[in-house]
Amino acid sequence: MESPSLVEKIVTKPYKYGFVTEIETEKISKGINEDIVRLISSKKDEPDFLLHFRLKAYRKWLTLKEPNWADLRYPNIDYQDIIYYAAPKTDKKKQSLDEVDPKLLETFDKLGIPLNEQKRLSNVAVDAVFDSVSIATTYKEKLAEHGVIFCSISEAVKEYPELVERYLGTVVPIGDNFFAALNSAVFSDGSFVFIPKGVNCPMELSSYFRINSGDTGQFERTLIVAEEGASVSYLEGCTAPMFDTNTLHAAVVELIALDDSSIKYSTVQNWYSGNEEGIGGIYNFVTKRGQCRGKRSKISWSQVETGSAITWKYPSCILQGDESIGEFYSVALTNNLQKADTGTKMIHLGKNTRSTIVSKGISAGQSSNSYRGLVQIGSKAIGSRNYSQCDSMLIGDQAAANTYPYIRSQQAKASIEHEASTCRISEDQLFYLQSRGIGCEQAISMMVSGFCRDVFNQLPMEFAAEADKLLALKLEGTVG
Amino acid sequence: MIRPEAQTLLEISDLHAHVEDQPILKGLNLKVKAGEIHAVMGRNGSGKSTLSKVIAGHPAYTVCKGQVLFQGENLLEMEPEIRARIGIFLGFQYPIEIPGVSNLEFLRVATNARREQIGKEELDTFDFEDLVNERLKVVQMDPSFLERSVNEGFSGGEKKRNEILQMALLEPTIAILDETDSGLDIDALRIVAKGVNQLANEDNATLLITHYQRLLNEITPDYVHVMAGGKIVRTGGSELAIELERSGYEWIDSDKNNQEVK
Ligand SMILES: Nc1ncnc2c1ncn2[C@@H]1O[C@H](COP(=O)(O)OP(=O)(O)O)[C@@H](O)[C@H]1O
Ligand SMILES: [Mg+2]
Repeated sequence: MESPSLVEKIVTKPYKYGFVTEIETEKISKGINEDIVRLISSKKDEPDFLLHFRLKAYRKWLTLKEPNWADLRYPNIDYQDIIYYAAPKTDKKKQSLDEVDPKLLETFDKLGIPLNEQKRLSNVAVDAVFDSVSIATTYKEKLAEHGVIFCSISEAVKEYPELVERYLGTVVPIGDNFFAALNSAVFSDGSFVFIPKGVNCPMELSSYFRINSGDTGQFERTLIVAEEGASVSYLEGCTAPMFDTNTLHAAVVELIALDDSSIKYSTVQNWYSGNEEGIGGIYNFVTKRGQCRGKRSKISWSQVETGSAITWKYPSCILQGDESIGEFYSVALTNNLQKADTGTKMIHLGKNTRSTIVSKGISAGQSSNSYRGLVQIGSKAIGSRNYSQCDSMLIGDQAAANTYPYIRSQQAKASIEHEASTCRISEDQLFYLQSRGIGCEQAISMMVSGFCRDVFNQLPMEFAAEADKLLALKLEGTVG
Repeated sequence: MIRPEAQTLLEISDLHAHVEDQPILKGLNLKVKAGEIHAVMGRNGSGKSTLSKVIAGHPAYTVCKGQVLFQGENLLEMEPEIRARIGIFLGFQYPIEIPGVSNLEFLRVATNARREQIGKEELDTFDFEDLVNERLKVVQMDPSFLERSVNEGFSGGEKKRNEILQMALLEPTIAILDETDSGLDIDALRIVAKGVNQLANEDNATLLITHYQRLLNEITPDYVHVMAGGKIVRTGGSELAIELERSGYEWIDSDKNNQEVK
């Protein structure tokens, strides 16, 4: 080995989840207009309130502009060149797993998410979403015994329309932003979680999103409600095949926490990120927001963002209830030509509200990785406190990291603390580990996982090790 | 100890190396056999650390001429981690801090990488703890150092002891200790020297890079080499170090009888 470019040569291992499932798919024609919105709604047999919700959102969307304030440059997206609904051809949703197309089960097997009884994860209930449709949800009956509702949002619309109507769009209004409006107009499927009063959800809940078609946008919608004193931990995972075109993913996630309840939402995002030249990959424009509506409620976001060509994502907390707590723990890794602009907003409205932000950005290759965060303290939020820590790690000398912390406080009796640091994995650190017999890739992965430990500790146990492995895999190079 | 029949471990011939176009090593020769302890002395900037890093495979240094053989194999073709696994150890002059990486975990991964190479079984966390606790005694280090990040916030002396601890765990065939003695108080120096003496045997060899006679009072070298201008200009027995201590390096400069060791 001769050159300092060794570190630069550390590139992503071929994407493991890049296969396409050959399955007959029902797709509607490309493009978006009111008829398409109506068509989606009718395909899903939706009640009127939802059709109106969609149409209102669509009309709002027409008036909105695509945001351009993030550190992200990408070619214009032609919204008429996208298919807004694709579903594996089946009749209706299956009642039991035996009826699900084996090809789909096989696909999820390959992704490491076995759904059938014998092999499924023992303490995690899974909702598997394939393109626009939820194909199966495990452990439904067991959860129902506790009064927990965990199903696809389409199913919830049919089975629990009053709950959906009561909560949908109340945290992320339909006109919140360009991508949220688009999602509200055309969202296809996603998960619905309802934890009734006083119930601690007995298992981890998890949704796994799989984009299979190349020309189809993915617009999933997730709604999680924890009633008074309830608690739940939810994890989402995502992968997509490798296509040399870009696929749009514009999701909306809404969390609602009532008095004394807590919601923990973890994401391991590994959408296809494009190749080394930056061709292909998912455009990930996501609106995630939680509202601590009740007193002493708590919402905690943990995310490990490793995929996508572009990530635009700011999981946020509105701390409305007095003494409510918001947390954001994030690891964002970019490599090659990936771009990420991610962070959080903590909006303190109630008294004595508290928020913690821990963000770890890792940039390798020629990628760019920005943290963008807002801490806002309203005039009534007496005694509120925020602590933010934003650390960046650079690998090689062509990657970029930026930090944009915004602070707005209308309350003198509040405390806001912000710490930031940037480090670079130096050649000498790498050499030190190598000179003790530790290979270059393992050396980098040791340093990276050390850097991320504070965040990994927040992930549900089952997934912390996975996340660690995923990062190692992402950094695994072609050298050595 | 010098034994004519001992195996040659390291053989460096006509070694030239540069960093960023600046030549630093300019035709260096050195031969080290099993069981020997060599001391390398010389002024600051004479190229001692460069020599040690070239042997260990630091990417910033480019070898443009000459060769380095380790047990007859071309060392220069190997990645640094391979060199370490087959038994080259470099105790750094300035051990670097690696925040976030636990010292214990680091030591375990490194030890197992070496053990795998020499056909010993991998140690699990419990077995490794036993081993590390035993080796900690050699350097009289507190076990609390294992809980911390590698070298982070360690004092100069603690970093050096951590280097010797690594050496004790890795049981290298050739240990190169680059100014492990500088910055140590006399007690720490004795601990380090005791560690080195304890680990030296007839199958391995030690290369001590040092400025001071005081380390050589504790460890008696079989050979003393003096480096100047990127080569070894003089080689002798332990008495050479004493002479250097008395007369300084100017004596080397003025001495027309400097010879190169082939
Ligand atoms: N990485 C480097 N970049 C530039 N110059 C270097 C580097 N390493 C060593 N040198 C130069 O090479 C010469 C020898 O340095 P070194 O090997 O550290 O000497 P010593 O250890 O004998 O004091 C010095 O002039 C030093 O400045
Ligand atoms: Mg030196």
